[in-house]
Amino acid sequence: MLSAIVFLPLLGAIVAGFFGRLIGARMAEIVTTALLGAAAALSWVAFIQIGLDHGEPQTVQVLDWIVSGAFKTGWTLRFDTLTVVMLVVVNTVSSLVHLYSIGYMAEDPHRQRFFAYLSLFTFAMLMLVTADNFLQLFFGWEGVGLASYLLIGFWYQKPSANAAAMKAFVVNRVGDFGFALGIVGIFAVFGTISFDEVFAASPDMAGRTFEFAGAQFDVMTTLTFLLFIGAMGKSAQFLLHTWLPDAMEGPTPVSALIHAATMVTAGVFLVCRCSPMFEYAPDTLAFVTVIGAITAFFAASVGLFQNDIKRVIAYSTCSQLGYMFFAAGVSAYQAAMFHLFTHAFFKALLFLGAGSVIHAMHHEQDMRKMGGIYKLIPFTYAMMTIGTIALIGFGIPGIGGFAGFYSKDAILESAFAAGTGVGSFAFVAGIAAALMTSFYSWRLAFMTFHGAPKWKHDEHAHAHGHDDHAHAHDDHAHDDHGHHGAHTPHESPLVMTIPLAILAVGAIAAGFLFYPYFIGDGEEAFWREAILVLPNHHALHARHDVPEWVLWAPLTVTVIGFLIAAYYFLWRPQRAAEIASHEGLLYNFLKNKWYFDEIYDFLFVRPAMWIGRKLWKLGDGWLIDGFGPDGVASRVKDIAGRAGRLQSGYIFHYAFAMLIGVAALLTWLMFWGAPK
Amino acid sequence: MSGWPLLSIVTFLPLVGALFIFLLGRAEGEAGDRNARWVALWTTLVTFVFAVLVLLQFDPANADFQMVEELPWLGGGISYKMGVDGISVLFVVLTAFLMPAAILCSWTSIETRVKHYMIAFLVLETLMIGVFCALDLVVFYVFFEGGLIPMFIIIGVWGGKRRVYATYKFFLYTLLGSVLMLIALLYMWGAAGTTDIVKLMAYDFAPEAQTWLWLAFFASFAVKMPMWPVHTWLPDAHVEAPTAGSVILAGILLKMGGYGFLRFSLPMFPEASEMFAPLVFALSIVAIVYTSLVALAQEDIKKLIAYSSVAHMGFVTMGIFTLNRQGIDGAIFQMVSHGFVSGALFLSVGVIYDRMHTREIAAYGGLVNRMPLYAFAFLVFTMANVGLPGTSGFVGEFLTMAGAFQANTWVAIGAATGVILSAAYALYLYRRVVFGALVKPELKDIQDLNLREIVTIAPLIVATVFFGVYPKPILDISGPAVQHMIDAIDPPVTVSPVPVSEKTAAPAGEHEPAAEGHDAPAEGTH
Repeated sequence: MLSAIVFLPLLGAIVAGFFGRLIGARMAEIVTTALLGAAAALSWVAFIQIGLDHGEPQTVQVLDWIVSGAFKTGWTLRFDTLTVVMLVVVNTVSSLVHLYSIGYMAEDPHRQRFFAYLSLFTFAMLMLVTADNFLQLFFGWEGVGLASYLLIGFWYQKPSANAAAMKAFVVNRVGDFGFALGIVGIFAVFGTISFDEVFAASPDMAGRTFEFAGAQFDVMTTLTFLLFIGAMGKSAQFLLHTWLPDAMEGPTPVSALIHAATMVTAGVFLVCRCSPMFEYAPDTLAFVTVIGAITAFFAASVGLFQNDIKRVIAYSTCSQLGYMFFAAGVSAYQAAMFHLFTHAFFKALLFLGAGSVIHAMHHEQDMRKMGGIYKLIPFTYAMMTIGTIALIGFGIPGIGGFAGFYSKDAILESAFAAGTGVGSFAFVAGIAAALMTSFYSWRLAFMTFHGAPKWKHDEHAHAHGHDDHAHAHDDHAHDDHGHHGAHTPHESPLVMTIPLAILAVGAIAAGFLFYPYFIGDGEEAFWREAILVLPNHHALHARHDVPEWVLWAPLTVTVIGFLIAAYYFLWRPQRAAEIASHEGLLYNFLKNKWYFDEIYDFLFVRPAMWIGRKLWKLGDGWLIDGFGPDGVASRVKDIAGRAGRLQSGYIFHYAFAMLIGVAALLTWLMFWGAPK
Repeated sequence: MSGWPLLSIVTFLPLVGALFIFLLGRAEGEAGDRNARWVALWTTLVTFVFAVLVLLQFDPANADFQMVEELPWLGGGISYKMGVDGISVLFVVLTAFLMPAAILCSWTSIETRVKHYMIAFLVLETLMIGVFCALDLVVFYVFFEGGLIPMFIIIGVWGGKRRVYATYKFFLYTLLGSVLMLIALLYMWGAAGTTDIVKLMAYDFAPEAQTWLWLAFFASFAVKMPMWPVHTWLPDAHVEAPTAGSVILAGILLKMGGYGFLRFSLPMFPEASEMFAPLVFALSIVAIVYTSLVALAQEDIKKLIAYSSVAHMGFVTMGIFTLNRQGIDGAIFQMVSHGFVSGALFLSVGVIYDRMHTREIAAYGGLVNRMPLYAFAFLVFTMANVGLPGTSGFVGEFLTMAGAFQANTWVAIGAATGVILSAAYALYLYRRVVFGALVKPELKDIQDLNLREIVTIAPLIVATVFFGVYPKPILDISGPAVQHMIDAIDPPVTVSPVPVSEKTAAPAGEHEPAAEGHDAPAEGTH
């Protein structure tokens, strides 16, 4: 049963991918969706058995993989609490996204390919979360990267989508540079890359140093730091975040599945999985906290003034991932996983809701061209509102609230309770980010659904205006709703609204239902050995002792954020437009994403190309060839004179010369015999 | 069957086929060409069957040379001696596996002197297999140098516009190497009184002599690999060679350098190998970084892949000179994997070259619109080139890095940059050639893979994915031979797991044979 959870999606991918033409698009959709549904149902069973009912963790051996001397790795599936939590998240969201896509992609001519990719992604993600060793995790890690690459670039006729796909892969590879080094480093130090063995040996390795890159470094700090670089890439953390907003070029269901609910959380999962290592690396934990806090703040600030509905949610994702990381950084891994869990529901809901809006608006993504559509698509409006309330973490301390309330507030309280400098920094950054989260979320809701309609009945979907890349959108033929007669926004079909409803239930209820297990009283029985927290890292439990104002701070800033958004976008929309048109320094700085793309282009992309060209022309061409073969050749040509005209006969001369040489050698050996 | 001289059969069978084509070749014109093609194809297929028989006969648990044949030849300690161990048998099979693809991809693209072309390839196959089977230095040298002649001819006669220049460059580089190797060979013969490779492996060359011998062999093998900075012949040779020439060049001929290091440099000159390891590391890392950057700037598809080959060979040389199990296992795996991945990449380029007669990246774009099968195949090979886990390209790259980390962390860091750069150049290529809208009018009618091309490429896709998921068959064969070689290196040159400070008992367990002389100098920081 457990293996089926992992391999059913692979089966779906193979069927849809290789036999898609044979069985037709509809059949491919049904097969992949049904298999995913089955995998999701089984995941819940496993979750109940191993997680809620405290069943024994299990491992399933599948096959040997790489065996070389002391280096031994197998394909082995591991099912413990951490895994089954991820299984539920991945398979639930994935099956709903499959279902949703049947409606969303209905007009696309390449649906088989799309569903094959979706299922392939799910398989890779499942391999990642069920990994029993670092290398298999790396397989899943790169596998989801491949699927993400293929899905971002799914509309391959769009140059911007192709660029975004490549950017995602390459930036992720920067993280993988660290990850790969971390794995080989772990092998070199521990002599194994199996989780169990490495984790068991970690306490013994704490505080030791080894020589790395010419200096003595703390072993655990170095190795966990390298792993975390990988996590930063995959989870789009500050400095390696630039690919995530661009990844929105992919179809919206992809954004919901990969770039919100599952793949981008892999980094958080990695840190939690390796908690037995990170716990012995306090310096790395501090670094994780700082990066997480900066990301939470930074991404929220950039989200403030984006006009593309998907990009707002993308930056929101980035910011929420920052929360998860600083939770892990203060050793509140359980809270990080809980937020990962709840976030999957409400963020997938928001993305799919946004997809429904985009679908309704005939593939318009610019919020400035929306407005006043809540009456036309009331169901979507209601679902988006639920998602928004869950995202901003609305809830009243002591009473209860939506899903985000339980997990996010626990994170903020833990950060405060950690009592460290970085913890306090994270708390402040997190509160500031919560304020901005509330603002941009309500701004999105008001710009999209309220106010005066900015769309016209006769305006065709072609009038795209992505603010930061208005180019090249005319040619995405697949994306068009060319055949629509009416241009009034319309509610989505049932296959799209049902997933929204299910996710909405999760966005409301996942918090209070699972709170006791994830971070409440049942926490230790629930996680058991899956997460290790040293006794002196007590932030998660100490959060019960924080002062009263800390509990109320998130709610306060959330309300403030709401009021500001309501003021500017509900009551005084012309003020907002004025500010936007004024283009102040701060506004531009935020709207242009702190100019990261420009800086990286200047620092890395252009120099790499320039150096490559110089090495080629000067290094190879002028230096090596000029003083090597070409130099010799020109001497020879001077002598040979007519060399150019000899053509193929010329070659035979060389061949002949060599033959003579070999023959001469043999002759010499035969007649003069061996020396001595 | 065990009484048969299997290795000699595998080696000389292609030559028989070549002779057959030569004798049969009375019929001129179309009929004669067709006969030549079919004879060549069948010859390579039968050779492959025999190569598989060799593999079946081979006992992986036995680290010694197997199926040894020995006949007196020239006297003075020189004999015709053949045999394979776990390292060489892989290359015998790889060669036989790639040859049918090479013949098939030339089926329609070669229109002139078809007979001679096929003869050249079959002779080449004999010489290549001979290199890997030879257990006598002189036999090895004859095959090793002889193999260049058909390659010169293939590039020089059936090559592109600048074929003479390319051949010339190729020749000049290899000449330099082979002359030095010849001198070294004569010296070794004189010193040891035999050219039997097995005996030479057991012979202790004086440390002083080892240095010079190592350098002489290095000159030859470094050119063959090719290592930076003697790599510049490769892009030109690839660009001018016909598709099949590139396939064999990248797939097999480049592996002879790595094979040479493993067969001669390491076992015969272990002390020199250890001494020069830092040099090799430096050149390997430069190769990985330098040629990856150069690949990024290429405008010619074949040149780009050629440069990426140099980068991948950097992993091989790095792995070999880590002198530890993972590094060498990884290097061998990387060579085998690169054999079919780079061969397949050149086949893929050949497919579109046959249609459009240009290798300019800018001349393509949006091929996926009309060539979905091709896009899929090219994607698989691109990902293998990038080293995606689950493809064969990953296994070798990872193992060599694991080996390098134990030898020198700087080297591992340098090699890891290849992880980023290979993704950049390979995906940049894929994006420009395959993705995008199909707007160029010349491409409007381009056809997807035909049956012959599918038959040629499909086995390579299977191999790429199969050995990526389950590399055990290859690692099991090479493993014992590698371990034997490491153990036999005397004095034992071993690299410990990275030394860790304090708490004296290193917990790293049965890593490599225990090492000495690695005292961690610093104390823990906590």
